[in-house]
Order: sequence, then C-alpha cells, then structure tokens
Amino acid sequence: MINMKGVTKKYPNGVTALQGIDVSIQQGEFVYVVGPSGAGKSTFIKMMYREEKPTSGRVIVNGTDLSKLKDSQVPKLRRQVGVVFQDFKLLPSLTAYENVAFALEAIEEKPAIIKKRVTEVLQLVGLKDKAKMLPSELSGGEQQRVSIARSIVNKPKVVIADEPTGNLDPDTAWDIVNIFEKINVQGTTIVMATHNRDIVNTIRRRVIAIEDGRIVRDEQRGDYGYEA
Amino acid sequence: MKPSTFRRHFRESFKNLGRNAWMSFAAVSAVTVTLLLVGVFLTVLLNLNKVATDIENDVEVRVLIALETTDAEQQALEEQLKGLPEVDSVTYSSKEQELQNLIKDLGEDFGLFKQNNPLYDVYVVKTKQPEDTAKAAKKIQQLDHVEQAVYGEQKVDRLFNLLEMSRNIGFVLSLLLLFAAMFLISNTIRMTIFARRKEIEIMRLVGATNWFIRWPFLLEGMWLGLIGSILPIAAVAVGYSYVEDFIKGHTQGHFIQPLSYFPFIWQVSGIMLLIGAFIGIWGSFMAVRRFLKV
Repeated sequence: MINMKGVTKKYPNGVTALQGIDVSIQQGEFVYVVGPSGAGKSTFIKMMYREEKPTSGRVIVNGTDLSKLKDSQVPKLRRQVGVVFQDFKLLPSLTAYENVAFALEAIEEKPAIIKKRVTEVLQLVGLKDKAKMLPSELSGGEQQRVSIARSIVNKPKVVIADEPTGNLDPDTAWDIVNIFEKINVQGTTIVMATHNRDIVNTIRRRVIAIEDGRIVRDEQRGDYGYEA
Repeated sequence: MKPSTFRRHFRESFKNLGRNAWMSFAAVSAVTVTLLLVGVFLTVLLNLNKVATDIENDVEVRVLIALETTDAEQQALEEQLKGLPEVDSVTYSSKEQELQNLIKDLGEDFGLFKQNNPLYDVYVVKTKQPEDTAKAAKKIQQLDHVEQAVYGEQKVDRLFNLLEMSRNIGFVLSLLLLFAAMFLISNTIRMTIFARRKEIEIMRLVGATNWFIRWPFLLEGMWLGLIGSILPIAAVAVGYSYVEDFIKGHTQGHFIQPLSYFPFIWQVSGIMLLIGAFIGIWGSFMAVRRFLKV
C-alpha cells in the first residue's frame, strides 16, 4: 500500500527533516506515527500525498511511484488518498453538507452520486442532522467529523491524518478515533500522526516512532512510549 | 467538461467579481482607458489605410501627348500603349474634355482658358495591377510623342510614410497600455486568488485538476476585459458616426472616401471585444500560473 525506501528530505533552508526512512504499510493497517514535535512526523506524512517530494529515495503509494509522479498526475493520486488535518480546513461559508460535497464537485462527480455519497458519509460520522449547519455553528469535534467525512467521501484506499485530535478535548478525541476505527474496519488504511498517548496506549495498533528524521521504533501493537 | 461543472465555473467567476468589487472596478477602468485609445487608433489607422488603398487603386497614368503629334503618330502611340503588358485600358481624352473636367472640379474661373486652352490631349492609361503603375509610367515616358507620363506614386509614397509612422507610434502606445491593463487584471485576479487560497488548497487536496481550479479565474478575467470594452465601443460607435458624416460632407463625389459606418463599426467593435477578452484571460492566466506552481 505505502512503501518508502531510503527516503531523505532536505529543505532548501538546510534542515534535514527525514534521513533514510524505510517503511512498508499494508492495505487495511491502522498506523500511529508518534514522536516529539519537529522530529519529522509531518514531513513523513506529507510524503504520502506528495505535498513534499523526497530529496532522494522512493515513495510508492498504491503502486504509484510518487518520486517520479508528474505534477499533472498529482490530482489522480489525491483522489485515492484522503487527508485530515488538525485545523479541519473547512470552508467557512459552506454548510457541513456543502463542505463534503465540495470534494466530489471538485473532481466533477455526477450530481446524483454526490447527493448519495454525501448523505452516506454524513450518516457514518453521525452528522446527518447537522448537515445544514455552517462550521461556525458546529463544535470542534463536529467540524473534525465533517472533515473526515470529506476525506472519505470519494472512497480512498488510505486516509492520512496529521494530528486530527490535536485541537480537541479528550472525550471528543475519542469520538474521532472511534470514527477512524469504523473506517478502518471497512478496509481503509489509516495513517495517523498523534501526540495523544491515551489513545495510542488504549487502542493498541502499529506504532511508528520518528525522532530526528529517523524511524527509531516500529512495533505492532506498540505503545506511545514517551513521558507526558 | 460537464455542463454542471461549467455552470459552477460560471457562477464562481461572477461571485468573485462582486467579492473584489473595487479591484474589479480598477481593472475594468484600466481596460476601458486602454481600449479607448486602441479604438481611436484603430479607427484612424483603418481609415488611413482605406485612403491609401483608394489612391492606390485609382492610380492611373496620364499620358500627355506632345503638341505637334499627327493623328497617325497618335494612333501609333495608342497601339503601343495598348501593347504594354501592364496596361489594362487606354482612354482618350481631348484637351477640351480635360478643361471641362477641370472646370467641373475647380470652378467656373477656369472657363477663361476656353479661349486659349493650355492643356494637352491625354491618354488615360489604367494598369492591371496598382503596383505596376510606376513601371508602366517609366516605360511610357520613353515612348515617342509623349510629353510626360504623370502618376500619383509620389503622393502615395508620402502617404505610406505617414501611415507607417502613425502605425508605429500607435502600436507602441497601445502595447504599453495593453501591458498596463494586463498587469492590473493580473493583480485583481491575484487578490481573488488570495481571498480564496484556502478553497484552492482544499481543492488540490481532494484531487481537483489545475484546469478545474483555473477556469473560474480565467472566466473572471474575461468578464473584466469584456466589461472594460463596453464603454470604448460605445464611444467609438457614437464618435465615428459624427466623424464619418463630417468627412463625407467634404469628400462628396471624390474617389477618396472614409470607411462607411457599416460594417466598419462591427469590425472595430469585434476587435476591441477580442482584445478586451484576451488581455483579461491572459492577465488572469499569468496570475493563476504563479499560484498553481506545485
């Protein structure tokens, strides 16, 4: 599903974010990415949806070699990869429904299919009743659920989340992770960067720990491993 | 592109115009000023062109027949003229007829010359091609019994010089203004893009193609250009109707005429609309290009 071989990333300002990353994630896995701030987690995640290109090494997602991918081919990749952020990235002027539908409109899906899919995913994240509300009328957790709905509405094979619970209180964070679990059960690969030790230590899954741009630990059913 | 997608782009482009109303206004004004100048310049230039063509097409060689020429020699000359490969037609005009024409053109005062006509008998030679006139005139000059072969080449040459100069000046001026207008449109679109950068970021994350993102901005630029061309078109349309009447009043019956109102006004309006749309689209294309670099 996701393969990295000898991935190194040096930013133009001289910072080396990743050094020789080798990792392989299988279809249907649920993976936590942990590590201190500035260790390279975000860069690692950005490699997977080609927000950043590796300086050297290869990144293969769903059979596509991203290091060789032309700019014009990036949209095609993005349609197979859902992305969720800490700050939700919702459009404030659109309702919850419209925000989710936007993802399908942007890839020119048929109106009938848009309606069906958006209704389905809003149901899945439990926001069917709040479809007509604006982001400003929703709580943080609800906004994040809208953004998750948007990330899965075009049925991607993998959902990549960069600290999706970072802005949420503990209870709400649990709701979000439960939704990811639900999506994962349906066969979607989940890669989630997080600082939330409770979640990592409770719902035991594969843990990849990154420090100074290197993978220092990669365990099935691992724990968070850092002091709070 | 699906019709529903196209409708969406359409809607978005209009929304953006309203969102940055003041920048839109500035860009439209820039296009208006530019096209106003381009329109005046085009009108003048096309009319100068028309005048040049009129003269050029009318260019004939007037062959003044030497005074002591006998009828037989004159006959021979006519045959020689007709034999030239460049010549289309040869018409004889006696000095009496020439005087009549002169009186008709310039007034009764010239009736004085009826007593003692100073004019020559003339062969009016028309060439097949306007550009052959000079060559034919030179050949005719060499023939016997030709006092002089007169043609309007020098006049045309001078006109062409004027035409060339005004064309160059107008061209450089228009080009500068076009760039200024494009720059302003480009800036307006950049503001729009800036206001919508979050939206664009999300579009790219969910896999919208660059063209999907680009379309509304290109349309927006086109509207700016088209709206900017309305006022100049109206100005030229109204202005030229007066100018044409005025000039026609002075050139009645003359072979040099200004371009008639129709279809000229359609052509100029069309050109101005096209230029407006073009600078609009190009300006926004440049703005979007910088932004969409991955």
